[in-house]
Amino acid sequence: MNHISDDLLTQCMHCGLCLSVCPTYALTGLEKSSPRGRIRLMKSVMEGKLPVSDVFVDEMEFCLDCQACETACPAGVRYGELVESARIFIEKNRERTSLKVFILKNVVVKRNVLHFMARLVRIYQASGMERATLAILGAFHNRLYKLVKQLPRISDSFSINTIPTVSEPGDNPRGTVAVLTGCVMDVFFADINRDTVDVLKENGWKVVVPKDQVCCGSLNAHNGDGETPKTLARKNIEAFEKTNADYYVINSAGCGAFMKQYGEVLAGDRDFSERAKKFAAKVRDFSEFLFQTGYRKPTAHLGKPTVYHEACHLVHAQRVSIEPGALVKDAVGKDFRKLNEATWCCGSAGIYNVVRYDDALKLLKRKMENIKESGAGIVVTGNPGCVLQIRSGALDEGLNIEVTHPATMLNRLYKSENKDRDGGAS
Amino acid sequence: MITEKVKRELVRMFGRGNILDSDEDRISYSYDGTPILGSLPDAVVIPSSVDQVSKLMVLANEEKFSVVPRGSGSGLSGGSIPGENSVVLLMSKWNNVLEIDKNNLTAWVEPGVVTGKFQSLVESQGLFYPPDPGSSQICTLGGNVAENSGGLRGLKYGVTKNYVLGLEVVMPNGDVMRVGGKNMKDVAGYNLKDVLIGSEGTLGIFTRILLKLIPLPKTGRTLLAFYDSIAGAAATVSEITAARIVPAMLEFLDNPTIRAVESFARLGLDNNAGAVLLVEVDGAGPVVEEDLAAIETVCKKSGATSLRVAADENEGMKLKAARRSAFAALARVRPTTILEDATVPRSELTTMVDFINHTAEKHDIQIGTFGHAGDGNLHPTGLTDERDRAELERTEEAFGEIFGKAVELGGTITGEHGVGLAKKKFFESLYNTPFINMMKTTKQMIDPNCVLNPGKIISVSPRCEGALPRSREQIDRILSKMENPSEAYF
Repeated sequence: MNHISDDLLTQCMHCGLCLSVCPTYALTGLEKSSPRGRIRLMKSVMEGKLPVSDVFVDEMEFCLDCQACETACPAGVRYGELVESARIFIEKNRERTSLKVFILKNVVVKRNVLHFMARLVRIYQASGMERATLAILGAFHNRLYKLVKQLPRISDSFSINTIPTVSEPGDNPRGTVAVLTGCVMDVFFADINRDTVDVLKENGWKVVVPKDQVCCGSLNAHNGDGETPKTLARKNIEAFEKTNADYYVINSAGCGAFMKQYGEVLAGDRDFSERAKKFAAKVRDFSEFLFQTGYRKPTAHLGKPTVYHEACHLVHAQRVSIEPGALVKDAVGKDFRKLNEATWCCGSAGIYNVVRYDDALKLLKRKMENIKESGAGIVVTGNPGCVLQIRSGALDEGLNIEVTHPATMLNRLYKSENKDRDGGAS
Repeated sequence: MITEKVKRELVRMFGRGNILDSDEDRISYSYDGTPILGSLPDAVVIPSSVDQVSKLMVLANEEKFSVVPRGSGSGLSGGSIPGENSVVLLMSKWNNVLEIDKNNLTAWVEPGVVTGKFQSLVESQGLFYPPDPGSSQICTLGGNVAENSGGLRGLKYGVTKNYVLGLEVVMPNGDVMRVGGKNMKDVAGYNLKDVLIGSEGTLGIFTRILLKLIPLPKTGRTLLAFYDSIAGAAATVSEITAARIVPAMLEFLDNPTIRAVESFARLGLDNNAGAVLLVEVDGAGPVVEEDLAAIETVCKKSGATSLRVAADENEGMKLKAARRSAFAALARVRPTTILEDATVPRSELTTMVDFINHTAEKHDIQIGTFGHAGDGNLHPTGLTDERDRAELERTEEAFGEIFGKAVELGGTITGEHGVGLAKKKFFESLYNTPFINMMKTTKQMIDPNCVLNPGKIISVSPRCEGALPRSREQIDRILSKMENPSEAYF
């Protein structure tokens, strides 16, 4: 694709209702940093009135692709698609591939390479090297220091290698679900993946983790690489079809949003377009799935004020908001608190917090202010990026706040029920 | 284009960071919420003090460039679209609420405060600012005063002008004028405040605004009534008026609008209904319940096929938010929505709606109509595609006829969006000459060089173009050339 669709651009009737929800417009107060402004810039580039200028490129990268504007837009402008195709257009018109795209293409999506790198980082984190590096960086390069400090712990073992391919819930399973272990989730959040499988099992589902699954492709698609995601989507369709699962349950909002779009990603594909549509129809977010199919409400309590932060790729991209909100509220009961601006981006936004660290930090500050105001001791959110981002915000401000995924929250509640029971029996 | 000298002077006065003149910035301030219209400004200026605004106007008069004030750019008549040789004056960063005076029930605000944010703020203190334009989540109070914005609550609570008590205004010559104050009564001098309200940025730039607040109504209930046809909805509106009930909102949507809104908001509206009325009553508890019951009876009597009362405030909010989205939601049908606001006396509502539908059919175009049924303020919205020139022309022709009919019925071509650029050509032809002349005279007197938002509402030439006539003969010669004195400058 070497253009941005004129139909999609014309759909914007520039009423401006998106301005009130756009985090980057709130930061600069300038029209060019708003969805409406960016669409006008894209239109100007397509009409040849504006070159692919530095300012244009910067604005397209400044955008978080949080898609809050899509939720707000009565006209139904598909802004996410627009900004993503603008980024692909930019990459196509660049002389060299950007480092960002290179890394995503050659590290993140290749499991062997990603695992190898993650093991290196794990060794680095376990040895004294991390502290030494931080000390040196701290003295010379503040920004790099903060970035490196933000690097999350690598899980002790990767979930794809440790979770059994098939987990049976006991007699009469309600059906079969297949789970994506993901790329980032697999190395940073193996525990969330395990919790996901446990909770699904606990609720009577047979859980399959296809070993030949690959990265969903969303990070590439969001950052100017149009081709790699198609290859990945085809591989995943083949891997998941083999499981004969009734649903594909995804515990990362970004992956879920993208996998629901596989139908559009492979729209022109002769062999895969129909299969992709069928695949997409089976995709459910973890919380969405539990809420829709019904789940067992835990009897234990977390004992700490708990809030729900709405990940952009759940609330805006997937329009899944009521389900996880109700699930968390219902599961934690009296501990539930309201979080102001819960649907405002935390600044994580895929790899945004790495490539645009300063902007991401401003958004994180705003999020942390709201979290502090809510008095929360636990923040629940359905996306690994948000978990990392808010954890680093809490760390920076020295706050004693846990940030966790709904799966981990539920699994912990289920486990402490068992403990209560065992404790009562003895 | 403004000259390099002017640009240097602007940079000196405002600082480099507050003058935006990149292509990207100029493009992104070339439009507002108005369809089709747009043109590039030469630069965008971000002021940080009243003094700076004043000095900008002095410079504009000296160097002959024009200044176009802008808030969020949500206007629908092109009022903030820049013309040739102009700079955009961006006021949206002036967004402080300066004072809420609970003893006098007033508030001082800066012009860039977003209307919806201001409403939430005062409501959290038990106070109420009723003017409620559809774009309240983004439009600014300064823009509201400039356009004398109306909105959904106009029927019971009036429009912006009913809530403006005072203004601090930078006049086109750079003078800083103050009018009004916290008094509920004030008859000292001409009522110039009301001349400035609704002047669409052509007579002055508001730098501080004093607003009137009222106590927040204790309760409110929202009701939806569905009808097979528009006639039933219109009959209900007349019946409610006849029953001496004044709802806070009495809104109407036709079938295409219902479908578009439902597709966006997914509220479970009946897609097959011919029309729906959204009614809100507010006030003290018992009165509200009594009014609600009376309205339900009227609706049923007038042929409502089903009624839905919002269970709680939350549902009511959702229904109202959906109504506010109507204009943009219609873009789901066709991408270009030409939203107009022809307004008629309430009694002529049915005649007007029938005429609109008939005209759409005649010109083979699509029009979705919704609006403030309670106050006769309709929003017939042309649904088209700006890339289809022929259809666009037919739409324009149809609206010419619709405006003509509105005026014929004793109505107006614009109830709340303003004339701006979009309705300028209809304005001069449909209104009486002395009225137009007095407007021109006023503009020429206040802004003789035509530097503040020129070309909006009416066209006037700068009063001094070239040398002034000096001898009696020169003057006589000019006078003899004038067939229509109102068209020439004097």
